[in-house]
Amino acid sequence: MSAREWRNLGLAAAALGVVALLPLFDTGYWLSVGVSIAMYTVLATSWALFSGPTHYISLATAAFYGIGMYIVGVGIGVLPFAVLVLAAAVAGAVLSAIIGLATLRLSGVYFVIFTLGLAELVRQLVAWVQATLGASSGLYVLTGITEPMIYWQLLALAGLVYLVGWRIGRSRLGFALRIIGNDEVVAVHSGINTARAKVVLFVISGTVASITGAILAPRWTFIEPTLAFGAMLSFQVVIMALLGGAHRLWGPLVGVIPFTILSDVISAKFPNQTTLLLGAAFLLIVYLIPNGVVGVLETLARTRARENG
Amino acid sequence: MDIIVVGLLLGGTYALMALGLQLQYGVARIMNLANGEMLVAGAFGAFWLYSTTRFSPFLSILFVVPLAFAVNWAIYRVLLQPLVKRAKSQGHLEVDSILATFGMAFILVGLMLALFGGRSFEYLYLAEPVEILGQRHGLNRIAAFLASAVLCIALALWLNRTRLGLSLRAVAVNPSAAGLVGINVAAASALAFALGGAVTAAGGAMISAFLTMDASLGVLFTMKALIIVILGGVSDIRGTILAAFILGLAETAVASLIDPGLTLAAAYLLFILILLVRPQGLFGRRGT
Repeated sequence: MSAREWRNLGLAAAALGVVALLPLFDTGYWLSVGVSIAMYTVLATSWALFSGPTHYISLATAAFYGIGMYIVGVGIGVLPFAVLVLAAAVAGAVLSAIIGLATLRLSGVYFVIFTLGLAELVRQLVAWVQATLGASSGLYVLTGITEPMIYWQLLALAGLVYLVGWRIGRSRLGFALRIIGNDEVVAVHSGINTARAKVVLFVISGTVASITGAILAPRWTFIEPTLAFGAMLSFQVVIMALLGGAHRLWGPLVGVIPFTILSDVISAKFPNQTTLLLGAAFLLIVYLIPNGVVGVLETLARTRARENG
Repeated sequence: MDIIVVGLLLGGTYALMALGLQLQYGVARIMNLANGEMLVAGAFGAFWLYSTTRFSPFLSILFVVPLAFAVNWAIYRVLLQPLVKRAKSQGHLEVDSILATFGMAFILVGLMLALFGGRSFEYLYLAEPVEILGQRHGLNRIAAFLASAVLCIALALWLNRTRLGLSLRAVAVNPSAAGLVGINVAAASALAFALGGAVTAAGGAMISAFLTMDASLGVLFTMKALIIVILGGVSDIRGTILAAFILGLAETAVASLIDPGLTLAAAYLLFILILLVRPQGLFGRRGT
């Protein structure tokens, strides 16, 4: 590792440490905004690990997130929380591996379509199982876990995701993914096992989404299928990651912060217009900033460097 | 027996909506994920005409179809053609069109929520029982099936028997070769996209005659239409119609034998099977 990389790593760790102090100053509104931002940062960054280089748009986030949340909801009276988070990670990994193996060998369109309805499919299955077992559709999650603890867990997970993303970016796997994103035929011909590379990354993002759902379960004391498997979550994550810029590790963060605050304001003041906001954000990304805010900044920096000779 | 009749009746209306998507994806090469919203918009149109003027939903397509045609033509020319022009490859265009049509889908949902609110809507039209093979079925379902069948046949004849239909099929097979033999590919794609939107909206008007709809249902219909088109093989109209009947039967069987809440699971089961066994679809040709 070069001196510059050590410096960047130190700066990132220091920034995480500063952000972790938030609960000491406010445990009300701003902490809840902080939890949302931390949650979307984890989800959008891990989404971009897979979808950024490969351009395979995954809409499965809500499905994995909901599964993680449900595992905690079902098991909280029986097993300790840490075990349940682990179980959620395993479940997310297994499910994403199955989906990846079934769809990622084919063209990207099949994958998008498959993930589009996935959250709704799992929601139907969960609701059906609950109805067949005669259980009520909701679950109570009563724990001693407070909001600052959720916040710190999410920050730790975010730190982990950034570390993993940074390692992948430097590895052969990361290089292979960038080639797949540029031209999959070229990737195959240079001897890359494209299916394996894609499935590995998809499993990582699915596992992280599952853990996130598990960590956030205690935030809602009452879980029901429509809350856990809300399909909007998948779309929000896609928008935030692309708005910031999915081709850089820190890109999604740039999209998460403004979008979380903006959608918070809009859903408080104009609750019926949140879908319009999502739609406008998608069109904005496609037509004006295809590489996100980070892409715009990079172009500006490049032109300035050229002008200065 | 009951399942087969209900499934076939449902499949007929599904065929219409899936043909719309097939025109848009097969010919215009746009993976239109706002397809279901266009269907709901068509259903809204039929509902609105019926509840204000008692206008028959089957005649309302006289208004719904031209309007949807014009709107979709404008969407293609203004929003999607720039994407087609800037795309470096088919994969690039797919990503762009998926994101752009998601945007359109959300904006359509937002507009419909603003106009009609979040409530679901239905109306009673031809809700009289008719007996087929000893079972009673709603006349509205049968009428919707017949009207859909007429539209499907008309569309198939038009595609197979006219010069314009031939040029559309040529673009579907190979856009650049179609351009070489003097077909205006841009105009043909715009026509296919607009026609696809109009057909889907007509499907929505039919479906609204017997199903309760609300503004957020679009994405489910998009899923169904996508699965039908993939199941049938993207380039073949016969495959799409057959696949629509298969999905209609599978959904009805699951709904009546296991649980009505699991219809999407039935669709997914078909989807997984076709992905694993025959990814090019029932009537599709294997790609190069």
